Amino acid sequence: MLELHDVSKRYGDRPALDAVSFTVGDGRLTGFVGGNGAGKTTAMRIILGVLAADSGRVTLGGMPLGDVDRRRFGYMPEERGLYPKMRVLEQTVYLARLHGWAPAAARRNALELLERLDLGERVNDTIESLSLGNQQRAQIAAALVHRPEVLVLDEPFSGLDPMAVETVQGVLADVAASGAPVLFSSHQLDIVERLCDDLVIIAGGRIRAAGSGEALREQHGSERWELLMNGDAGWLREAPGITVVEFDGGWAVFEAETDAARQAALAEAVARGEVVTFTREHTTLAEIFKEVVL
Amino acid sequence: MTRNEGLGAGSGLDTGASRPTRPPEGERRTPRFVDSVSLIAGREITMRLRSKAFLISTGVLMLAVLASVVLGSVFGGQEQTPKVAVVAGASSVVDGNDELEAVPVADEAEGERMLRAGDVDAIVAPAASDPLGITVIGLDSAPREVVGALSVSPSVELLEPAATDPGLAYLVAFGFGLVFFMSALTFGTTISQSVVEEKQTRVVEILLSTVSARALLTGKVIGNSVLALGQIVAIAVLATLGMILTGQRVLLGGLGTSVVWFVVFFAIGFVMLAALFAATSAMVSRAEDIGSVTTPVTMLVMIPYFLVIFFNDNPTVLAIMSYVPFSAPVGMPMRLFLGSAEWWEPLVSLVILVATTALAVVIGERIYRNSLLKTGARVKLAEALRG
Repeated sequence: MLELHDVSKRYGDRPALDAVSFTVGDGRLTGFVGGNGAGKTTAMRIILGVLAADSGRVTLGGMPLGDVDRRRFGYMPEERGLYPKMRVLEQTVYLARLHGWAPAAARRNALELLERLDLGERVNDTIESLSLGNQQRAQIAAALVHRPEVLVLDEPFSGLDPMAVETVQGVLADVAASGAPVLFSSHQLDIVERLCDDLVIIAGGRIRAAGSGEALREQHGSERWELLMNGDAGWLREAPGITVVEFDGGWAVFEAETDAARQAALAEAVARGEVVTFTREHTTLAEIFKEVVL
Repeated sequence: MTRNEGLGAGSGLDTGASRPTRPPEGERRTPRFVDSVSLIAGREITMRLRSKAFLISTGVLMLAVLASVVLGSVFGGQEQTPKVAVVAGASSVVDGNDELEAVPVADEAEGERMLRAGDVDAIVAPAASDPLGITVIGLDSAPREVVGALSVSPSVELLEPAATDPGLAYLVAFGFGLVFFMSALTFGTTISQSVVEEKQTRVVEILLSTVSARALLTGKVIGNSVLALGQIVAIAVLATLGMILTGQRVLLGGLGTSVVWFVVFFAIGFVMLAALFAATSAMVSRAEDIGSVTTPVTMLVMIPYFLVIFFNDNPTVLAIMSYVPFSAPVGMPMRLFLGSAEWWEPLVSLVILVATTALAVVIGERIYRNSLLKTGARVKLAEALRG
């Protein structure tokens, strides 16, 4: 379990992170969501030790994080880049060896991973000769080749074609399934929504919301309910504790003051005719994001 | 609208999932500093040796060194022992004379034929009429060398002997200066490019999340120092072989010690320069800007080169040069060659050089570490030092 405790960082006079605390659980795919300049990259750099925090702590499994632990982290920085003149395999093996892998095992890992990322044919090409999409795949290989026990990826999906997004999602899910904490940031809220177990929402250097997808929906989700029934639903306007927001024949969207009022309304509807649907209005991550950030 | 904190704690939802299984022993271990440094240095060397430009320029440099040694022997007026045809009866005069190479001939006619053919420089023949009992026959001018070799000269004593031929001193100064200048600049530029390439391509962030800035810098400095030293040693070996093969053993005897000292001073001096090149280059983010930040360091490389060429006959300048760390790799071997340095002087100078190098590495590492992740505008020196 990777935890940040009250981590703060200033760049000159500008606070980049203000007492940031959140948790990335073992085996949990955690999405890190925020606008540009919200502090995502700074937080990730501090986790990786590339940047030093002004105050606060980062712990792994409750123990302060040290350089030796970080050797077992996988990191994909927002600013992509590999050695342009090195060959794909050579470069991937080099990074695995920097993480402490023996030459033969590093090579085996690299070949397996590159094969899986559909780069099997390009292993002896230089990075600069690859297409942008393939360079992204090579970048992902660089973050994973040492079989990291914690994964931190800054915008892993930006610049990927839909097929590559699919592949990368699969790889990330596998890493999480093996029990590793996985933290990744993304602007693509639909991917985050589909993929993540947990969410951390940051704005202006402060954590605005964090928790599992269900918990967030529970807390920030809509209080609106949608009813579709055969027959007229006009009676709903008179129902106690109910405020109708939208109405059209047998369809209505309403807010209920209490759970009891909502249940009473449902019972009434069943008594009056056939209920086709009765659901809580679906809340997208984008809506939650807007609600907590604005 | 800050509904944070509350959820932070509950988000863990500890699944109790186990950590990924560790790979078998021997496949992976926590790398030591030395492991990281040797990997990084190895990459620097491999990538450099793969560069065609580097291989070609090294080849050209080697050829130039070899050519200058060979040309030096051809045009250097290598003194040859004069050959004389010795007519029977005069051989007692020539026998045992090291300065002449005697070719015995039967009579004067045979000697004359050889002289006209250019096979010998003069004929030594017996002459009853001469008070000395011999005569020396030349072709178109008096064979002074032969006459000199046959003459008895009084012993000569000089009050202020010139230790070394000034022309030779100039050549040696030029050699040390040029080799230092070329190698330091070539590999200094290489290390600059390598640092900026990592910044420009952003690969540096991945590297820094894996190894320390110190390991990265050390690996780069060692990798390039190994290449530079390798080139220097290759030049020294080539020049030595060239001198042996062209028979310039006399020159070699005087140069040998100073060449060894040159290699030692260069090895340490280059580490200092490499650290400075790396640190200054880390302050910029684009290859085009390297020149503007490394100029002061380039000056430190060029000044000793010009000083040693213009002042190789000025003992005061040379003495100062031989102790200033930046010029010591050129100045001290030069003084050793001229014989104007005591045996302990190179040791003192070496201690000064080592101390300065250590300081340069410490300051260089600080600048390097503080500048690596600052992309965009050039990092100010004060900012890089402060961190």
